[in-house]
Amino acid sequence: MHNIEQLVKDAAAEFARIDDAAQLEQAKARYLGKSGSLTELLKALGQLPAEERRSQGAAINRAKDSIEAALNERRETLRRAALSAQLAAEALDVTLPGRGRGRGGLHPATRTLERIEQLFRSIGFEVADGPEIETDWHNFTALNTPENHPARSMHDTFYLEESPGVTASGVLLRTHTSPVQIRYLQSHVAQYGHLAAMPEIRIIAPGRVYRVDSDATHSPMFHQVEGLMVGENVSFADLKGVMADFLRRFFESDDLEVRFRPSFFPFTEPSAEIDVAFMSGALEGRWLEIAGCGMVHPNVLANGGIDPERYTGFAFGMGPDRLTMLRYGIDDLRLFFDGDLRFLSQFR
Amino acid sequence: MQFSEQWLRSLVNPPLSRDELAHLLTMAGLEVEEMRAAAPTFSQVVVARILSAEKHPDADKLKLCRVDVGQASLAGPLQIVCGAPNAAVGMRVPCALVGAQLPGISIKRAKVRGIESFGMLCSARELGLSEDHGGLLALDDDAPVGQDLREHLQLDDALITLKLTPNRADCLSLTGIAREVAALSGAALSLPEIKPVPAAHQQSRSVLLDAPDACPRYCGRIISGVDATAPTPGWIQRRLERSGIRSISALVDVTNYVMLELGQPLHAFDNENLRGAIHVRYPRPGEQLTLLNGQTVTPSADTALICDEFGGARALALAGIMGGAESGISAATRELFLESAFFSPRAVAGRARALGFSSDASYRYERGVDFELQRRAIERATQLILDICGGSPGPVVEAVSLQDLPARAPVKLRSARAARLLGIALAPAQVEKLLAGLGFPLRREGDDFIVSPPSHRFDIEIEEDLIEEIARLHGYDNIPSPAPRGQLAMRPLPEERRGAMLVRRLVAERDYQEVVNFSFVEAAWESDFCANAQPIALANPIASQMGVMRTSLIGGLAGTLAFNLKRRASRVRVFEIGRCFMRGDRSAQVPGYIQPLRLAALCAGPASDEQWGEPARNADFFDAKGDLEALFAPRTLRFEKLEHPALHPGRSARVLVDGQAVGIIGELHPEWVQKYELAVNHGAPVVFEIELAALTSQPLPRYREVSRFPTVVRDLALVLAIDQPLQPLLDALREAAPVIVRDIALFDVYHGKGIETKQKSLAFRIVMQDTEKTLADVEADEVVDVLIAVAVQKFGASVRA
Repeated sequence: MHNIEQLVKDAAAEFARIDDAAQLEQAKARYLGKSGSLTELLKALGQLPAEERRSQGAAINRAKDSIEAALNERRETLRRAALSAQLAAEALDVTLPGRGRGRGGLHPATRTLERIEQLFRSIGFEVADGPEIETDWHNFTALNTPENHPARSMHDTFYLEESPGVTASGVLLRTHTSPVQIRYLQSHVAQYGHLAAMPEIRIIAPGRVYRVDSDATHSPMFHQVEGLMVGENVSFADLKGVMADFLRRFFESDDLEVRFRPSFFPFTEPSAEIDVAFMSGALEGRWLEIAGCGMVHPNVLANGGIDPERYTGFAFGMGPDRLTMLRYGIDDLRLFFDGDLRFLSQFR
Repeated sequence: MQFSEQWLRSLVNPPLSRDELAHLLTMAGLEVEEMRAAAPTFSQVVVARILSAEKHPDADKLKLCRVDVGQASLAGPLQIVCGAPNAAVGMRVPCALVGAQLPGISIKRAKVRGIESFGMLCSARELGLSEDHGGLLALDDDAPVGQDLREHLQLDDALITLKLTPNRADCLSLTGIAREVAALSGAALSLPEIKPVPAAHQQSRSVLLDAPDACPRYCGRIISGVDATAPTPGWIQRRLERSGIRSISALVDVTNYVMLELGQPLHAFDNENLRGAIHVRYPRPGEQLTLLNGQTVTPSADTALICDEFGGARALALAGIMGGAESGISAATRELFLESAFFSPRAVAGRARALGFSSDASYRYERGVDFELQRRAIERATQLILDICGGSPGPVVEAVSLQDLPARAPVKLRSARAARLLGIALAPAQVEKLLAGLGFPLRREGDDFIVSPPSHRFDIEIEEDLIEEIARLHGYDNIPSPAPRGQLAMRPLPEERRGAMLVRRLVAERDYQEVVNFSFVEAAWESDFCANAQPIALANPIASQMGVMRTSLIGGLAGTLAFNLKRRASRVRVFEIGRCFMRGDRSAQVPGYIQPLRLAALCAGPASDEQWGEPARNADFFDAKGDLEALFAPRTLRFEKLEHPALHPGRSARVLVDGQAVGIIGELHPEWVQKYELAVNHGAPVVFEIELAALTSQPLPRYREVSRFPTVVRDLALVLAIDQPLQPLLDALREAAPVIVRDIALFDVYHGKGIETKQKSLAFRIVMQDTEKTLADVEADEVVDVLIAVAVQKFGASVRA
């Protein structure tokens, strides 16, 4: 009896000393193998008296279970140790940079245009487009600005050459996005004019415009966003509502004052200039001109084929470059157009 | 328009602070652009008279003065040491008393070279009034001794500059601004009284309106016996200077003063230089005139002239623009002919600009001068001239063509229309009250009003113009800002389209940075990159390197690359979406010009940022091609060899979608890489340029049954001539392939060891699958045999062992 208990103890102790899986299997053979110690005891059972054989058999079986348990425990321990060693050997420096190509980014003005489009789309405005070489008629005349109108001197216009030294008549680089108003009104009438009531017009028209001007706040080419809403009951109050809402959403701030100040544009009447003032930050309290706007002049509606007595509307034109500069704190417009990646890559 | 606050307040003085006044103007549409004090702050400076000035006993350049400061010194005249060279007995000058605070210094009792000095006599610079430091500021001989200088020179004044819109010509005068302030604030208007000056003799010059459309009214008057050298009174000089007009001589100053006060430009001729009647007419062909500014001009046929009858006919002045050099007044003038005319805006607009200058007169006439003002202005000027220069006036001769004067048709204003357009409730009584404030004559008809626009307003022609007046007086601030109501119809959003914004995002995801380049470029870019010898040129470019409209975005991207390489960039990947401009036929949207939107991208330098885990290599044609294919996915592109002036002839291709050419791709031509220094790591940049329209359409997905049976894959390596392009071979294989072939894809290109030098090996993976059954090996083998036969027969290929 004493023998068997000792045997179990010896086995457990031996297994615990072994650190190698193959050696462990050899040690197992010494106890449980064909000529292992325990197997020998079993073989010897037959020589025992019957009553003793029964109890001795049970003791051997318990010892076998114990030794197998000790063996399995040791096997598991060794397996875990081996896995840990393998994992440790496979470890990476996870702080090394990831592999592959980077990502580019949008121009800061494009970011702004995208946000403007999203905001206006959310209240049902569509995006329209127009040519940049534009007819004099669309850019000025149709917008109630005839030849020699003093308002034409507000725009310094780029003209094209017909042939060397000869200026082409009737065409120019558009000085604003407003000609899109005329083009859109005409296409709207062509599409819906036959109906008893035309659907409302709600568009914005972002794009590039051109003026003969160049310094830190003026570029000969810059962006503008035109807006136009025309319907049977569109009012100046609606214009104020849309623009005030837009500016608060654009700057994501209610900490902003918006004012509408009477102004003059040939193609709107009444007309207004929109100023904003931030209530905090570097520009705190200063009124900044953001957009021109007004109720579409009846002559403009008529030039677009719309009955100004029945339909009224508002239009606005704003400078997304200016909005971008205010939003991101940029102080020189020229950075927008010289393609310096050190500047542009800040707006990914 | 710059003016003095004090001058305005002498005409209308609402109980408002300076800032409140400025806000009132701005919010009424007369934007205050700038406002600054007429003088810096200083105190205890008075008018003094120099009683004696003797040499300082111990200093050659100093004088010892006794000055009378009147009641400012209870102890009588003050002793002051002064270094000014012009200090002289009897002169009236500013004196800073002991205790005075001047800009930067305070005045104390002091000993100067041993002699006590009780104050300081001041130059204009010491008071911060100007930069003049040549001597003491000389005051008028009648300046009251002892009076506070700020009061004497009205220095507690502000210079206000309005940024006037072109429609508000009526506010190009103090009277006009005062009228507006009175309407806005309700304060009383007190304009100077103007009485007709009776003729003292009958000398006159007749006036003939030969171009009545350009000049429907002309008043003229001779004033004889004037002293042209009389000094201009200080108060006129001050008002002119604070309005930004330099004082020149009394006669000129008076014409400018009346122009500022009333808004009527005046012109004074030297009457002794004139002959016969005055004519206002259009020029004869080639007629020339030398102007006051020295410029000799040949006015266009539609520019009216003021003429006399010297030598039959002689041009004297450009009507409403500028006087001539020959007929102008000078210090020697004894007799003048004063002109006060109305020239119609259409006859003046743009003429000065066409001649390359601008004048105060043309600026006002082209925007509109009150056509009822001429007689009042000439009477006002006459009185001032008589007061200052003496002389004796003749009668006012007035020529007028009534039918050519601007019409002032009554305008109907419907209260309901005003309410609808402004979006506010507006009772007729309220409309009436607002209109009354403007002083426009009006008649009420039910809820509507018939308004007669006054002669000084050129911007009231239609109902909306009156609605704007109402809105202005009501206050834009007082109109609410509700969220608008509208129809909630959904906007079409075609699935087969994607917007330019999404395309931009996709290109940026491929590691390109967006840029925005100018649409006008250097002519050399057009000739080099586009072989375009006749680009669309600007008539008035801002600089020669921005002289022509681009027909390609590639030049601009090359420019961006060069710009960044100069700033030590080592890897440049940029793109732009923008318009290009080509000549087209008359059917184009803008006749004669086509203006497609395009996308172009350029990559130069390493394919990816330098990194530890990947070997460094330059981005090449196939990197860019991969980007392009990704942008078009799931649509497949085809590429054809192409000759293009910008590109390497062996490394460039035309890009096709569904058989349509949509753009180009290739390495920049080595010649341009060298000329513009565009090489990065000795490699050439790769560019592509695509019509944006091709990228904004995308196919609608269509479902195809997924086969339940397994695929069978076979690899096939073919050996071919080294210059055999892939595309025709792939086309032939695909065409010959039975329906069970799902895909044939190239997965390896090899030449080198084991292959003859003039040959290459192309390895294809062929994926087969049947929708009805599992394919047997033998069926797959048959397919491969069919493909091999095609390759062997049509392309002389052999199967690689």
